Amino acid sequence: MESTVKSNLKTEEYFINMGPQHPATHGVLRLILTIDGEIIKNVEPDLGYIHRSIEKMCERDSYQQIVHLTDRMDYLSSHINNEAVCLVVEKALEIEVSDRVKVIRTIIAELTRLASHQLWWGVLGMDIGALTTYFYAFRDREMINDIFEETCGARLTMNYNLPGGLMFDIHPNFVKRTKEFIAHFKTKIPEYDKLLSGNVIFQKRTKGIGILSQEDAISFGATGPVARGSGVSSDIRKIHTYSAYDKVNFNEALSTEGDCFARYSVRIQEMWESLSIIEQLIDNIPEGDIQTPTKAVIKLPKGEYYQRVETARGELGVYVNSTGTKNPYRVKFRSPGLSNLSVINSLAKGSKIGDLVAIMSTIDIVVPDIDR
Amino acid sequence: MSIPLSITKTIHDWLFSIMPESAASITEMVLIATAYLILFAVAGLYLVYLERKVAAWFQLRLGPNRVGPLGLFQTMADALKLVSKELTSTDRIDKLLYNLAPYFVIITSLTALAVFPFSKQFQAFDINIGMFFLIAVSSIGVIGILLGGWSSNNKYALIGAMRSGVQTISYELSVGLSILTMVLLTGSLQLSEIIEIQRTGGWLILQGHVPAIIAFMIFMIAGTAETNRAPFDLVEAESELGAGFHTEYSGMKFAYFFLAEFINMLIIASIAVVLFFGGWLSPFGITEGITWFPEVLWFFIKVLIIILLMMWFRWTFPRLRVDQLLTLEWKYLLPINLVNIVFMAIIIWLNWTI
Repeated sequence: MESTVKSNLKTEEYFINMGPQHPATHGVLRLILTIDGEIIKNVEPDLGYIHRSIEKMCERDSYQQIVHLTDRMDYLSSHINNEAVCLVVEKALEIEVSDRVKVIRTIIAELTRLASHQLWWGVLGMDIGALTTYFYAFRDREMINDIFEETCGARLTMNYNLPGGLMFDIHPNFVKRTKEFIAHFKTKIPEYDKLLSGNVIFQKRTKGIGILSQEDAISFGATGPVARGSGVSSDIRKIHTYSAYDKVNFNEALSTEGDCFARYSVRIQEMWESLSIIEQLIDNIPEGDIQTPTKAVIKLPKGEYYQRVETARGELGVYVNSTGTKNPYRVKFRSPGLSNLSVINSLAKGSKIGDLVAIMSTIDIVVPDIDR
Repeated sequence: MSIPLSITKTIHDWLFSIMPESAASITEMVLIATAYLILFAVAGLYLVYLERKVAAWFQLRLGPNRVGPLGLFQTMADALKLVSKELTSTDRIDKLLYNLAPYFVIITSLTALAVFPFSKQFQAFDINIGMFFLIAVSSIGVIGILLGGWSSNNKYALIGAMRSGVQTISYELSVGLSILTMVLLTGSLQLSEIIEIQRTGGWLILQGHVPAIIAFMIFMIAGTAETNRAPFDLVEAESELGAGFHTEYSGMKFAYFFLAEFINMLIIASIAVVLFFGGWLSPFGITEGITWFPEVLWFFIKVLIIILLMMWFRWTFPRLRVDQLLTLEWKYLLPINLVNIVFMAIIIWLNWTI
């Protein structure tokens, strides 16, 4: 709602700290807000509260160890982060992993994406004030976590990947339980729509709020659902296909409005796509080796290597500069969270405090991914 | 004569026999006030318990179930914990206002309860301007919220308090006007008389048909906003403002704010029951002839249904934004309400009431 009333009231701008301990920032992110009444004049993110120098630690560690560090970046797509490092090492060593590994990696990556989007959906509702969504989302997410637990023993930071393959084969129950989950969740997405998407208050809170234009999305380097909500086709799974994504049919979820609701609907659509990808793969997981043998001490040939993957938040790029030793000379992660966060000021300027919460939620920030 | 009444009469007679008249009336007032305080503090605590249970049902959880059977003593334990906690405060606060604010809120809530006829005999004082008294008293509560937010030297609290001021002042109009619509129909401001009218003519929501139903809907919306509950809980929007106006309060002072919210919910539900659903009268007069039946039960059953409705709102809807909140009030509810009053007046004039 545009306010057209012009008044001669003298108002004073003031600063307010949103975070580092604030319920809406999803972690230790500090936003310095300049506010005039309820209207936001400027948002300045202050980063570094959870900086653990993961990139520097990578220079100290062997390539097998680096995989485990990436769990702690974007913990909600931990498997996909692991996969990115494994792929870059495999690329450098020119290892060809078996089809079985590729398919299992893809299925688990899509399950991870689903779990991440479920959590996002629950938290979005909570940020906007509908507290019940959180528990609905967790009910469904729990099934995925159980599958993961049975498969590799961990529920969130899984470390299922290794350079050259997987730690162990899937559990005998894996296929059955994944199918159960798909059947279950197919009935639950419409429930999500019923509870939140169709709600008039929710639509008023998100439609036309925080509009990111296509040009801005490109120039800020926004990725993932944030860019796709603004009509920028940026799905790495399609553009630079990896693992088993070339074997499946799926649509890239796109929306052109660029507002909060567009980003919301892109993610909901992505959930359907992920379900369809898993459905296509789950019935015919090919036989094959679970691991391609690598040396105990992996040494990458001298050179630079780069691998892009699509995490639940967007494009994760892993850059490795090797001098031929057992440790990388330099590792750089191009994390989706940081580039997506950079749009926040242009989105939130001129809107209300309540809008900022909705904007932050639909950008889907994971703070450890931003700080690394 | 029912048993509770005979007990109070015995006490009344006994007090007046041992004391001079003025001292006896003062003692009686103090006794009644204490009884009300205890009764509604406990009622407030159990509303908190009910809310937590209802939230749990909505959210696939169990809710409190550890302290006592079914967790029935959970809120009691919470209150005890809050009583025993240290009262902290921030630096450079306005000490007087900061300490005064919670009392404003809780006292107004409890005072408003005095005029409700919970049953024929269960009413602290029956004044002929009951409805007016209710509106007047319940609007003082916002001062407490404003003072609390202003004096705690916290910007989040201040934003919460300002939101509350804006919200309560706006929605007060709708609450008042929808009450006025019904007062037009009854022709009385006295709560006990409003209920007596419904004994013969049926519930007011049926007597006044269309405008009464519109008034009820507006009253429920505005009443939810008055109590600062979701979807109008911008005052304490935890994802935006931390805890809003009571961010800096601790211990019992926080508990006062918290309890007042639930007692206000009770008040709004009670007004709705008195104005629209016949108060303590039984539906279709099914317990009319039974003398021993406690009519107060009907009142509380109806109140409970309305409260459950409000809880249903809270656990389903997202929160409105502050400008949308004001748009809803000034552009929709208020004009509809004004037209509705005229509509009601015409209906009464033409004698179309059922």
